[in-house]
Amino acid sequence: MNNETTVQNSTPYHIHISSKHKWFDLKLKEVFRYRDLIWLFTKRSFVVRYKQTILGPAWLFLNPFITSIIYTIVFGKVAGIGTEGVPKILFYMCSNAIWVYFSTCVTQNATTFTANANVFGKVYFPRLTTPISNVLSAIIQFGVQMSLILAFLCFYLIKGEVHPNWWACLLMPIVLIHLGLLGLGVGIIVSSMTTKYRDLSILVGFGVQLWMYATPIVYPLSQLKEGPFRHLMLINPVTAPVEIFRYALLGQGTIDVPFTIVSWMITLLVTLFGIVIFNKVERTFMDTV
Amino acid sequence: MENVSENKEVMIQLSGAKKKYRLGQIGGETLQADLQSWWARIHGKEDPNSKIGADQRSNGETFMALNGIDLTIYKGEAVGIIGSNGAGKSTLLKLLSRVTAPTEGEIDIYGRIASMLEVGTGFSPEMTGRENVYMNGTILGMTKAEIDAKMEDIIEFSEVREFIDTPVKRYSSGMYVKLAFSVAAHLDSEIMIMDEVLAVGDMAFQKKCLDKMRDAAKKEGRTVLYVSHNMNTIRQLCDRCIVLDRGRVVFDGEVEKGILQYLGGDNELLPRYYDLQTIVRPSTQHGKRIRLLSFEFINKETAIFDSNEEMKFMMKFKANESIEDVKAFFVINNSNGQIVGMTQTKEPIVSTCNGKEYCYEGTFNISNLAKGRYFFEIDIFSDDGEGRHWSYDHPRKNIVFEILEDEQKGLIWQNKYFGSVRLNEVRKVDVKELP
Repeated sequence: MNNETTVQNSTPYHIHISSKHKWFDLKLKEVFRYRDLIWLFTKRSFVVRYKQTILGPAWLFLNPFITSIIYTIVFGKVAGIGTEGVPKILFYMCSNAIWVYFSTCVTQNATTFTANANVFGKVYFPRLTTPISNVLSAIIQFGVQMSLILAFLCFYLIKGEVHPNWWACLLMPIVLIHLGLLGLGVGIIVSSMTTKYRDLSILVGFGVQLWMYATPIVYPLSQLKEGPFRHLMLINPVTAPVEIFRYALLGQGTIDVPFTIVSWMITLLVTLFGIVIFNKVERTFMDTV
Repeated sequence: MENVSENKEVMIQLSGAKKKYRLGQIGGETLQADLQSWWARIHGKEDPNSKIGADQRSNGETFMALNGIDLTIYKGEAVGIIGSNGAGKSTLLKLLSRVTAPTEGEIDIYGRIASMLEVGTGFSPEMTGRENVYMNGTILGMTKAEIDAKMEDIIEFSEVREFIDTPVKRYSSGMYVKLAFSVAAHLDSEIMIMDEVLAVGDMAFQKKCLDKMRDAAKKEGRTVLYVSHNMNTIRQLCDRCIVLDRGRVVFDGEVEKGILQYLGGDNELLPRYYDLQTIVRPSTQHGKRIRLLSFEFINKETAIFDSNEEMKFMMKFKANESIEDVKAFFVINNSNGQIVGMTQTKEPIVSTCNGKEYCYEGTFNISNLAKGRYFFEIDIFSDDGEGRHWSYDHPRKNIVFEILEDEQKGLIWQNKYFGSVRLNEVRKVDVKELP
């Protein structure tokens, strides 16, 4: 090779891949560059789900509505759990909507690696886009359900049976972000741990169900007497946002500031830990999945 | 390599890249082993699960798919990567396209990569072609605005305009490939990685793709990495060739030399003798009941023949079982790796006795083969006369020979246009002058 000099390329797109992993490089900048992809994934999850169905998006209303009716019958009528004067159907619709939002975030993300192994194994893009888009589509689904809830809410408002705390409704986006982050964190931790041993993924559906009963979803928190169980429930990071949600919309429940702060701290820790372990696993999971 | 006086920009640099895979089942049973290893590690003891002789490529439980790759690829190069199955080609591309991370070593990539390890990755069958273009484009790293700007070109190139708003599950596989390739080809990436994606799709489209990739390298200064088993496409597209063998780079340089190296092993010598005892077999069953020991061309010092010569050879094999009417067949490939034809022993070689060694001498008429290099593998088999056959041994070794140009047969043979086989000549029955 004559007269030939080699120069380093000065491209802005330099990528360095090393066998050593940087633990605290969260790669969030890269995720932001792929924001269009997040949005497309979100859109796809809706488009694909309701193609070739007769009722189409109507399923978005039907599912939670029927669940709420069953909760009303089973917990409200049969078990006779009180809802502090809030119309039962409205109480269960709200509870169900917020829980379904959270549990969707968890269960959808818990299979991030296994469900997308096919695409992940062929092409690189920031893997975190998938769980984020899962959360976004859960938010949209929640929003659609809210429209039905609002209709019921108006009906009961006119009847004067429910008294929302309007100012607290401003906290709604924060509640959604809170639960979304927590669901994302828990979900990606599970998915990171299941690339090698699948045991956890079997546990997840069951675990989420148990978690629901450990959260004031099918009963108001006020039904619990003071005691260790009530404290345990307050430490459960889902309790605080659920309570804020119902406090705002139904005027039932309390905003407990210390426990909300604890809940946020747990959430942030779980999310951070989730992203770190997710980024670590993402590098080589294709070899073990 | 050519002498260039301008600066060459490094696009990809690998130093000491290794990739280790674990063999066998992963999961369940190994959790215990994992915990043991972890426990030993935090207590500073020796890992009870580590194997002795970890330097070997395969040590029972792990396998080095890439065993120390050092490579520098420059801007505007079209690099072909060849090697037999399991040589590490796909693993290399996986590392470069960041699907998985290296076990050891460093990789620097100076540019965006469009990788197509498989056609239509991320295509959702329920979504229309247009929606999938957006999907695929963003997965490969484009923004929506960039795709909008390129949409017309993509549709034009893909030749599926009429169906662009139809769900892709109704597409034929050819249309699928065309659309997917078209998206990848129109990316604003500095590096394109292609893994035999052209295998599908009709000839015309294959050519179009190759032209597009060549333009990408030559005119737009993009860097193309292309893996294929089709030597013709490598010849057409690439100006540099890398041969991988068992996880290492064994050749890096001119395309023709690389192809020869890959197809013929040693490209200078055409040996007359092959020891086949320790050569890899396609399965553990092969080579058990009958094992080929050696193959030898007996009328030549090197395996170079005139086409009017007879090829004489000798095979030695050992029988570990008594088998009736053992035969052999040879599938002959040309230097492009294309199958030219098959020949088999006319009469059974022998009915074997357990424990005996045999030496078989045969001749093969090569007058139909045009000039060029050919290679074949040997398969020892027997059949039941009703179409069923059992293969006993098949050493995975290409036996190479060359046929020299023979000018006595009329038109000068051009393999590119005429192929590798001289069919029988047309005979004159009669010729008359018309009134």
